[in-house]
Amino acid sequence: MRTAKTTIFCALAALVICTLLPGMSWGKEPYKIGGIFSITGASSFLGDPEKKSMEMAIDQINAAGGIDGHMLEAVIYDDEGDPTKAVLAAQKLTSKDEVIAIVGPSLTPTSLAVIPVIEKAGTPLISCAAGIKITEPVKPLVYKTAQNDVLAVQAIFNHIKKANIKKIGILTVENAFGESGKEQLTAQAPKFGIEIVLAETFGAKDTDMTAQLAKIRAAQPEAIVCWGTNPGPAVISKNVVQMNIKVPLYQSHGVASPKFIELAESAADGILLPTGKILVTEQLSETDSQKKVLQGYTTEFQKRYSMPVGGFGGYAYDGTHLLAAALKGTEGDKAKIAANVEKINGFPGVTGTFTFTPTDHNGLGDDAFVMVVIKDGKWQLLK
Amino acid sequence: MQELIQYLFSGITNGAVYAVIALGFSMLYSSTGLINFAHGEFVMVGALTLISLSKGLNLPLPVAFAGSVAITAAAGLLLERLAIRNVRKPHPIVLVIITVGASILVRGIAMLCWGKDSLNCPPYSNHAPIDVAGATLLPQSIWILALTLLVVIGLHVFHKRFLTGRAMLATAISRKAAGVVGIPTDIMVLLAFAMSAAMGGIGGALIAPISMSSFDMGMTLGLKGFCAAMIGGLGSSWGAIFGGLLLGVLEALGVGFLSSGLKDASAFVLLLLILYFRPTGLMGKATVQRF
Repeated sequence: MRTAKTTIFCALAALVICTLLPGMSWGKEPYKIGGIFSITGASSFLGDPEKKSMEMAIDQINAAGGIDGHMLEAVIYDDEGDPTKAVLAAQKLTSKDEVIAIVGPSLTPTSLAVIPVIEKAGTPLISCAAGIKITEPVKPLVYKTAQNDVLAVQAIFNHIKKANIKKIGILTVENAFGESGKEQLTAQAPKFGIEIVLAETFGAKDTDMTAQLAKIRAAQPEAIVCWGTNPGPAVISKNVVQMNIKVPLYQSHGVASPKFIELAESAADGILLPTGKILVTEQLSETDSQKKVLQGYTTEFQKRYSMPVGGFGGYAYDGTHLLAAALKGTEGDKAKIAANVEKINGFPGVTGTFTFTPTDHNGLGDDAFVMVVIKDGKWQLLK
Repeated sequence: MQELIQYLFSGITNGAVYAVIALGFSMLYSSTGLINFAHGEFVMVGALTLISLSKGLNLPLPVAFAGSVAITAAAGLLLERLAIRNVRKPHPIVLVIITVGASILVRGIAMLCWGKDSLNCPPYSNHAPIDVAGATLLPQSIWILALTLLVVIGLHVFHKRFLTGRAMLATAISRKAAGVVGIPTDIMVLLAFAMSAAMGGIGGALIAPISMSSFDMGMTLGLKGFCAAMIGGLGSSWGAIFGGLLLGVLEALGVGFLSSGLKDASAFVLLLLILYFRPTGLMGKATVQRF
């Protein structure tokens, strides 16, 4: 009985709203844009700040008067990091909600899964995932705002080369992130004249990596590069200190968050890693075009959600602002939006400066990563 | 040589933790004939409560350790009282499935209590790592080994010297006969659950300082512990210790001499081989027949 009552109530409510809506003067019809993020589940550390950043970006755009008089309206779904759920969300967004563009998903597998759906519907997609396969080969409707692993590897190798190091050992995590890192490290090492003397892996849930490190130490590298996401790299950092291994330890951008320093404690000191500029905003030079964007994003995010800001929310923040820039003058035409994104040139975002071309749908250059060193539990920018 | 010693140290450290976990599996099996797949979650609860008590509430370490073991034991009691005892037809397979369900529930609750991030815990003592022929031995490894040994000896003495311990063994051999001679078998089973969970808790509390702990750490550790218990022979305490250490050392040697990608594979291949050639485990008695 209860469900029947609820249904009737809902129907009545819907009726009232429908009769009222046309009577209200809202100006132009709002633009509906979709969001798909891994808000819960194992990847919530990505999806949660992304959802919050997208909502924040939308409010900023609306407060500034919207786009050509149209307000923005976001419809955001949670895919829980599951490609099947991401596909369902994309179908809902394109057919039921009829959004004109989508920001997200958060992960490479979920992003790859939704591409066929959005291509069929002709809806532009700005993914927040790192995988290079999303935008290579280039698909007309698909863009992404997260840095490719290639750029992170280049940043590390540039630094290694400057330090005149020739032999390195690498230690990567056994998941998609680690595999991709290992692939890029091995592929690019010869270009920088670096030899990988030993490549070892570790399980994402392993509790002790001294065996791997002993093996690497025996191969006598001049530096160790570790590629993983928390908590593994923190355990490795501690093991390196405990085993008194003196060679420099490089970590990947996967640990570029305050959580890493919290976990590794004093063992984090002296570790080198590439990161987006957001961790070192205040240390950037005044001429850096991103500095103002980063300061604005950081203050507003912290004020609004009273939680520390990380680099991940920026992917969705940039995605939404890029979309807003591309929406101008399109009157919601999906094909025009996609074409406009491609024309964006020198757009300063949180993650980097975006310049899209018909052959580059990621749009980021070398400046998307800076090298930092951890000193006394703080990030220090290396010039 | 230096590497070999390092592999052994690494293997023994991990192996001792597997051993304590295996001991919990093994003792519950020998007392009730049940395999508790929620056991890994007790390890997780032990590790996370230790962190909460010592870092969050600033309790001294021995108190925090005792507290976390007690809380884990209480969780074991609750599991038996709420989920296991009330089953109308306690067929082993039903009970095993209940424990699988319980593990998912415990993991979910832990995620709500402690969040999804990993947490860390300081080591028990702040000595510098010990250098043995170029290899590094962590003080925490010595703690782990010593406490593991204490637990086994304690369990052995409990079973051989104490009336309650012998009553528990009697219940394990025949619940009906034990009941006839006046042993409160329900309480014995309850006690077995609490002790088994406490061992899981000890395992967790031991591993917390050398590793990072999070709500989803229990599954892998539980499987490794189960593996160790099977290798040593379910129901045998010394078998559990032997199985745990063997598993840990083989894993480390697998990393050292084969490839780190084969670390988990080497453990499970070993389990398969042993089940194939010696289904009762290396130290199990062939006469044990319960299902």
